[in-house]
Amino acid sequence: MIGRRYRFILVAVVAALLGGCEREARSFKGRTSANASKEPGVSRNPYAGNAWGVGQGKRLYTLYNCVGCHANGGGGMGPALMDDRWIYGSDDASVFETIARGRPNGMPAFGSRITESQIWMLAAYVESMSGRLPMDVLPSRADHMRYSTPENSRRARPPQGAPKGADE
Amino acid sequence: MMPPLTFDPRRSGIHSRARGNGPAADGTAAERAALEKTWHVPEGILGWFSVVDHRTIGRRYLVTALGFFLVAGILAVLMRLQLAVPDNQLIGPDRYNQIFTVHGTIMMFLFAVPVMEAMGIYLVPLMVGARNIAFPRLNTFSYFVYLFGGLMLLIVLLLNSAPDVGWFSYPPLAGPDYTPGKRADFWAQLITFTEVAALAVAVEIVATVFKMRAPGMTLDRIPLFVWAMLVTAFMIIFAMPAVVTASSFLLMDRLVGTHFYNPAEGGDALLYQHLFWFFGHPEVYIIFVPALGMVSSIVTTFTGRPIVGYTAMVLSLVATGFLGFGLWVHHMFATGLPQLGLTYFTAASMTIAIPSGIQIFCWIASIWRGTPRFTPPMLFVLGFIAIFVLGGLTGVTLASVPFNLQVHDTYYVVAHFHYVLLGGAVFPLVGGIHYWFPKITGRLMDEGLARLSFWLLFIGFNITFFPMHQLGLMGMPRRVYTYPAASGWGPLNLLSTLGAGLLAIGGLLFVWNLARSVRSGAVAGDDPWGGDTLEWGTSSPPPVYNFLHPPVVEGPNALWDRSADAPVVTGLRTDCREVLITDVVDATPNNRYEFPEPSIWPFLAAVATSAMFVGSIFTAWAVPIGIVPIAIAVTGWFWPKRKEAAA
Amino acid sequence: MGRRRALWACCAVMAAAASAASAGCAGPHHVFDPAGGPARDIAALGRLLFAVCTVIYLLVIAVLAWALVRRRTEADGSVETGRRLTRAIAAATIASTMTIVGLTAASAVTGHGLTSPMGPAAITVDVVGHQWWWDFQFRDVSPDEFVSSPNELHVPLGQPVMIKTMSRDVIHSFWVPNLHGKRDLIPGQVTNTWIQADRPGVYRGLCAEFCGHEHAKMAFEVVVETPQKFKAWIDHQRESASEPADYQERRGRDVFLGSPCATCHTIRGTTAASRVGPDLTHVGSRMTLAAGTLPNTRPHLATWLGDPQSVKPGTLMPAVPMSDADRGAVIAYLRRLQ
Repeated sequence: MIGRRYRFILVAVVAALLGGCEREARSFKGRTSANASKEPGVSRNPYAGNAWGVGQGKRLYTLYNCVGCHANGGGGMGPALMDDRWIYGSDDASVFETIARGRPNGMPAFGSRITESQIWMLAAYVESMSGRLPMDVLPSRADHMRYSTPENSRRARPPQGAPKGADE
Repeated sequence: MMPPLTFDPRRSGIHSRARGNGPAADGTAAERAALEKTWHVPEGILGWFSVVDHRTIGRRYLVTALGFFLVAGILAVLMRLQLAVPDNQLIGPDRYNQIFTVHGTIMMFLFAVPVMEAMGIYLVPLMVGARNIAFPRLNTFSYFVYLFGGLMLLIVLLLNSAPDVGWFSYPPLAGPDYTPGKRADFWAQLITFTEVAALAVAVEIVATVFKMRAPGMTLDRIPLFVWAMLVTAFMIIFAMPAVVTASSFLLMDRLVGTHFYNPAEGGDALLYQHLFWFFGHPEVYIIFVPALGMVSSIVTTFTGRPIVGYTAMVLSLVATGFLGFGLWVHHMFATGLPQLGLTYFTAASMTIAIPSGIQIFCWIASIWRGTPRFTPPMLFVLGFIAIFVLGGLTGVTLASVPFNLQVHDTYYVVAHFHYVLLGGAVFPLVGGIHYWFPKITGRLMDEGLARLSFWLLFIGFNITFFPMHQLGLMGMPRRVYTYPAASGWGPLNLLSTLGAGLLAIGGLLFVWNLARSVRSGAVAGDDPWGGDTLEWGTSSPPPVYNFLHPPVVEGPNALWDRSADAPVVTGLRTDCREVLITDVVDATPNNRYEFPEPSIWPFLAAVATSAMFVGSIFTAWAVPIGIVPIAIAVTGWFWPKRKEAAA
Repeated sequence: MGRRRALWACCAVMAAAASAASAGCAGPHHVFDPAGGPARDIAALGRLLFAVCTVIYLLVIAVLAWALVRRRTEADGSVETGRRLTRAIAAATIASTMTIVGLTAASAVTGHGLTSPMGPAAITVDVVGHQWWWDFQFRDVSPDEFVSSPNELHVPLGQPVMIKTMSRDVIHSFWVPNLHGKRDLIPGQVTNTWIQADRPGVYRGLCAEFCGHEHAKMAFEVVVETPQKFKAWIDHQRESASEPADYQERRGRDVFLGSPCATCHTIRGTTAASRVGPDLTHVGSRMTLAAGTLPNTRPHLATWLGDPQSVKPGTLMPAVPMSDADRGAVIAYLRRLQ
């Protein structure tokens, strides 16, 4: 009686709902990669599946004036963050390093300026700009003037080329 | 050729006061058997999903709504436990926000409106002398849409995805920036589910009351409960679209990036408040007005006399329905709107006390004039008067802008609305359930348990909510998960929590009484109370065809005014589901119409609709994709049957 | 007869409850403890409303009780009785209507008196709401005299103070029960209200519109003092931060400026100039911490800095990792900032 189409929708919906626990978790005390990573030596962004963390990252992006150089992802003095070009690597560890230790050509080091879990939140938001996170975790429009399509409406743009490895 | 309709005075099929309280006497056995077969309620698994019978759907609505009531009650107890002492660490802010939001959302959308609809679905066709409710398949569809929406909310509550922004979910807090994730989307889509279900039922009620009344039931002979349901149905039709607009705009802002509530792009956070409260104020009257109808039924029966001032009562109901749409800004007095507008809304908000007051005066006059019997339903009505009048008066105080500015968004308001909703709607509802339980199940509820549960509910209620007036005056705001000891709010909060315990026990006792009496209550008979409306003129529970022959009504108290030789309508077909359609104003027979057989399509349409609604929380593509199964289901639903074409 | 007794018992209980509840009019931030003009007018209106409503309620219950217990007569069913009842209902309706009209008029009169202050406003305060703290800004002076006083508002006694409210994020509501009714802070708009305190003291204010996780802990203090004291206070607020007095305080300032603290907070006179979090230039002189949540003492400051989430779960302030010695130094420095 319940055809294939219904079953597919049912499974998709149940899967999306079950993702709710992680998506909606509010980790007020903050997360570091140490309590997120399952493989030793590889850092994963602990907020990759957490909509609240990505949303906090979005707020911090404006509050800490990342917009000053990167605009809302389109770039300016700094490179664009919403495209598929990742100069210093697109994996979680590289993005963390970029924010924490800075990079040549003008990216300041924020490691002593903001806490580790805030860096992970910002990194998660930056990854969301190119639509790389799960669809229900991506943020939507901000309560500002419109600057682009909202993150959850953008086509995912996977990073071009191999990311710079951890041994760099 | 169809047999002609006749008005046969000799063949009654229902008893009346003039004839004495004997069982229905007339009607051939063959006729009964044929009607039983034609109007049968299907059995088995497939049958359960295909039922289109209003009594079955009404019972399901009632049981489901009471189930949600229990869930929301448990959430309320959790809230009271957290607030019992200052600086309590029992529940953190995130969980507490989900709990109070879901408590309010369930109570307002999944309990209060559906339970009143349930009583209407069950009783209105019986009270107007019809065999079924208008649009029976739509009725089934509405139940399943309601059920699926409610289940969605319960599931997300267990998955940490329940909405946490209050039952009215204001942006920008509920907007995409400040509530990331899907919590607020589940809330917004729940609105859509319940709105579709409520609109469907409203349309059915209006059609039933206007076009399916028994002959002779002119407008001035319609029972007050039916008038109340009619007014409620119109309020639903005009109010619900506003809230679905508000919630759909919120969903669109969150899902596809529209700017309805974004001030930086020309939107306005206050737009949401206006749209929401344009619905939100009539919503409380949607909950409250059916209860007024129940009170009228109970008072009539247990004073033994017609209500004093029938015309005034009807006009008060209608006036309440109209006036209820002119008050919404009193929820927004603190937002800085212009003074002249605020004064208008003060006047309107105070004015609506007058029709409610007229009703109270009429009931008191009826009690004065008649001989009250202190049965459990009557006790609940007396409790209703004591509690609701107090709540209504605090409402008058809240209507005043300057005083409102002090107590808005404090526990004073929490006290007020629990007095008017619990006292004004739930007490009559519980009384009404005691009253109509014999009709629905054929058994009586235990009277001793009923009295005990009444006193526990009444005392527990007052101990829980009366201190909240004082707490609001002492400055305690709403929606706080804890409070400091230095505020001085501790003792009254503790008192309120203890009262909540009593209230919970009373509620559980009532539910226990219900569950037990279904199986082992005393057998009730057709008319255990000596009621005046038509449902008491048929067996308990009613047969699947409600009435053997539609009765002709001769006065506003149908059974009491029924003369010994009052006619009934014979000649309706018994081999198909034929019903009598009558005129709007004076209920003269107009037409005969064939109602549909049980069908699986409403259930399938509800599944398809629910799938589209839930899918559209996650992606906008769900709408164009999800339309297709809905279209298929609706096509199956409306596919004409071959035998209808025959003469 | 048992019914009669039960009935009178109920009435007695309710009357007792009513009088008991109305007894307590004292306590911090009580609506019926006004300390300013607007709150006084509202309290007077409130008393009128309560008096009228109590009388109406007792009347209704009394008539109901009478209707329940009265002895029935045979004339009850007569047409004449019906007419008398209709007249009684009509009379009650007319009386209710006139009462409603009277209350509406009283309310409108009071409301009209509240729309604007009696005299010209002495000062204007911009109230900026954030999740979950308040920024009180005094702007109506030249820009280099701008004052930001988070979570603690001083106002001069006896003078009208215009309040302009705005929000940086979601809807909040500015409410000081002892001084006036509330006014919502709505993003995208500026809403206005005013207060005028006529009794010196410290009055607590709260947020009265649900604004997220820590709505419950978004309070503030309003200090009503003589105009001279107020001028002294505001002049002091304009000054830059005090210099550290000893080695530990200097170390505290260095740690502060080199750590995430300076990314969010301003201490005028140092390089910390961010407006994300509250201005800490005079934090040592404030009465409370964390928007009225904790008293401003050394141990509470240590708790707040060491583990903000234990005080206000959900607050945007992170726990900045630092050694206990460093934190002690920062605390010493912050307490120097009087």
